[in-house]
Amino acid sequence: MTTTHKVSIWRGGADGAYAHYEVPARESQTVLDVVTYVQRHLDPTLTYRFACRVGMCGSCAMTVNGVPRWTCRTHVSKVTGGGELKIGPLSNMPIIKDLACDMTEFFEKWQKAQSRFVPTKTRKDPMERIRPDTPARVAANAGIECINCGVCYAACDTVAWNQDYLGPAALNRAWTLANDERDGGWAERLKAVSQNGGCHSCRSHQSCEAHCPNQLNPAASIAGLKRLSTSAYLKGKLK
Amino acid sequence: MRPLRLYLVQRVTAAIMVPLVFLHLGLILYAVQGGLSAQEILSRTQGSVFWGGIYGLFVLCASFHVSIGLANILQEWTPLKRIAAANIAHTFALIVMLLGFRAVYAVVF
Repeated sequence: MTTTHKVSIWRGGADGAYAHYEVPARESQTVLDVVTYVQRHLDPTLTYRFACRVGMCGSCAMTVNGVPRWTCRTHVSKVTGGGELKIGPLSNMPIIKDLACDMTEFFEKWQKAQSRFVPTKTRKDPMERIRPDTPARVAANAGIECINCGVCYAACDTVAWNQDYLGPAALNRAWTLANDERDGGWAERLKAVSQNGGCHSCRSHQSCEAHCPNQLNPAASIAGLKRLSTSAYLKGKLK
Repeated sequence: MRPLRLYLVQRVTAAIMVPLVFLHLGLILYAVQGGLSAQEILSRTQGSVFWGGIYGLFVLCASFHVSIGLANILQEWTPLKRIAAANIAHTFALIVMLLGFRAVYAVVF
């Protein structure tokens, strides 16, 4: 006898509703497998995002039973506990349709935080030697594996309360760059993350750390930015 | 750099208030040992520049600290915009300061 999962999936835009499906249970079945089954066998109009299916690309994040998760690496058995599966789009972002949300603002805030590498050398210069064991490099490495999935942004209370807040992912990236000795954009970046909605708006709830699928700690990165900006301000380097 | 300055003021005032709270708690434990009466407390605090300074500093720090936090909460939890939230927070700070200094005045002078 085939056992099934009772699955509710968000359909439509912001004014949509959950639709109910029965999906055959499989061994080692992921939440993404369930969504894919619904689209291929039950309703081809279901919209969702995915690409790599192995936790590299950050495309398939959704809200699963109330918690933001990467669905390709989340086993159904881990989240249902034998009960129902409720799958919705990520919070804190406008819904485009079904499980696809609009991540424009999420990525625009990366730009607003100046979270891009500013090179200090040209291609004619020799390759810079970076020691892996300096405190700055260790701090940068601790936050570098972000896959831009938006899970931290969806989990963050401050993002929900403060529209201007840049969010954990953008600030985490700013922190890794601040610790990259090859980067030359620190002054502008520190200014950008110290404006309204910058690192000082973080309330340290640490939801970003609790939900990051790559076990990063953006809250620690933001605390680092707070220290760095405060120190620069007291030294008169940040006007 | 307004958010950074507010952040800094809130942290500095918190850092000042922590030892003052412990000093206050220690004083309570010390004071109640011989029985507690208004007359006994006033006999120690009246005319004391030290206790006036300690509690005056606490009132000042609390007014700044609380109003910055209140402005943040109002902006995040209500539809109020920054200016409106700041106005309410400023008024609240003024009230806390007035009530606090009135209490300090009452026990020191």
